[in-house]
Amino acid sequence: MATQTDAGDQKLHAVPSAEDEAGQAYFDKIIAEDSRIEPADWMPEKYRKTLTRQMSQHAHSEIIGMQPEANWITRAPSLKRKAILMAKVQDEAGHGLYLYSATETLGTPRHVLNEQLMSGKAKYSSIFNYPANNWADMGAIGWLVDGAAIANQVPLCRASYGPYGRAMVRICKEESFHQRQGFEILLELANGTPAQKQMAQDAVNRFYAPALMMFGPTDTDSPNSQQSMAWNIKRFSNDELRSRFVGMIQEQVKVLGLTLPDDEIRYNEETGMWEHGELNWDEFYEVLAGRGPCNAQRMERRREAHENGAWVREAAAAYAAKKAQKAQVA
Amino acid sequence: MSGESATRITPGNALRPEDIAQQVTEGNKASEDVADYALRLGDDALILAQRLGWWISRAPELEEDVALGNIALDQIGHARSFLTYAGSAWGKSEDDLAYWRGESEFRSSYLVEQPNGDFGRTIARQLVIAAYQHELYSRLVDSQDETLAAIAAKAVKEVDYHRDHAEQWTVRLGDGTEESHRRIAAGFTSVWPYVQQLFEDDDLIDRLDGIAVRPSELRASFDAYIAAVFAEATLEVPDVQPAMTDKTRVKHSEHLGYLLAEMQVLAREHPGATW
Repeated sequence: MATQTDAGDQKLHAVPSAEDEAGQAYFDKIIAEDSRIEPADWMPEKYRKTLTRQMSQHAHSEIIGMQPEANWITRAPSLKRKAILMAKVQDEAGHGLYLYSATETLGTPRHVLNEQLMSGKAKYSSIFNYPANNWADMGAIGWLVDGAAIANQVPLCRASYGPYGRAMVRICKEESFHQRQGFEILLELANGTPAQKQMAQDAVNRFYAPALMMFGPTDTDSPNSQQSMAWNIKRFSNDELRSRFVGMIQEQVKVLGLTLPDDEIRYNEETGMWEHGELNWDEFYEVLAGRGPCNAQRMERRREAHENGAWVREAAAAYAAKKAQKAQVA
Repeated sequence: MSGESATRITPGNALRPEDIAQQVTEGNKASEDVADYALRLGDDALILAQRLGWWISRAPELEEDVALGNIALDQIGHARSFLTYAGSAWGKSEDDLAYWRGESEFRSSYLVEQPNGDFGRTIARQLVIAAYQHELYSRLVDSQDETLAAIAAKAVKEVDYHRDHAEQWTVRLGDGTEESHRRIAAGFTSVWPYVQQLFEDDDLIDRLDGIAVRPSELRASFDAYIAAVFAEATLEVPDVQPAMTDKTRVKHSEHLGYLLAEMQVLAREHPGATW
């Protein structure tokens, strides 16, 4: 069996063992049958690395994504909305936990993944580096951001890696509830006072383009996509998913009585794709590189929570060790 | 709705704030005294939920983000039920009461108004409030007021879990490391002056004989429970005096004003709006 992750795959793979060859053959067969790879199965190191990166990024996004919404828990304008928002942010912590556990089956422990997040080595979805300035953002995040996440994630329920696919089934169910509650927030505001309607439109204006960018760079600029599709991790290209999403929201926005900040949305009969206005990819890469409005704030808050909690985790470990020792003596 | 759910343990279990609102529209109105009493219970739950909600995304472990969030969520559910019922006496909704009352109209206790502090202080406050609420609700299920009894029947099961959560952390922090022992002990010292208020009777309680639970009667079992937990946690009951508070709960700590300013700001920017 090949040595796991860390260093120089290429060198390690220079001389494949008989075991590797048999493993590769089995892996290829599973992928060709569109069946599932499980944690104990042999898998190519690049497959393991790609999945570890993608799944942990997804987990980190859930955890960082709690912040812009948690920001509004204390100010939610009705008790019912406060309860729903708390439940939603709590779900996100649950998704993060679930995904970290699924990622651990690939051999990297949670504390290492967490260190990668806090050192800035690992990325999370750039959308969470935008601020949640008004209450309607809770609606826009649910409708557009969770909506884009669902469009991305539903095909992942069939991802070739078993634990990932199964995690996504459950997560997608909860995400669709999140999207509905977001839409409902916007619907209520859009039918409310003029100030509320304006708040809703402002939120949609700000989150529209960043939500479309959640599907990742255009197909011509997405180097990893092809390999992921060959491995049955990814099922549709970034542009295909983005187009499908635009088609969906341009219908839904009519129900809200709001508009999307894009005059160039149209259906292309020839390609069968929804088209949209040019996205500002320079901004996307700027945010990705850490220069978004909230990158520093989000990371600082995560580090602060982790550091402030160190003494609590140490206490729990010390107590567990004492108990184990007593049990051994007894 | 048809059929009994397999998980439905008591008739009160499925009671939601919306069910109480429905009962209110059908004519189930609380008397002024019952409403005043329900306000005390509801405001304690609401202010506690508001405090705990802050922890979500800031807890020492992701598991604690989930746990503290869950406790906050339960408390907001209890608050909504109690406030909806209280509001029936004055034609007010849960949101009218939560967002449009001033500081002196709240009936929360000093304890729940106390700041979160570090995790140790939050857990200290949690153990006290959960132990108190557990004693309270497990008696309120026998109230002659059916609505209060039904809310308590749902709440007591949830509070039982809150108490267990706080107890497990108190023991781990008390008997963990030197630092955790020092911090949880400091947490109890800072909240202890506000324990006594929870167990004080007043005229309202006298007038509600058979309906309200008499707070003073809860103290002995509360003390016995705390003593047992502290023994396991290697902690001692803090040697501090009770603070001068207010058994009628009209007066409040300085902290409440800030908390309400944040909680009410958006709703008050948009009078008459629905959300």
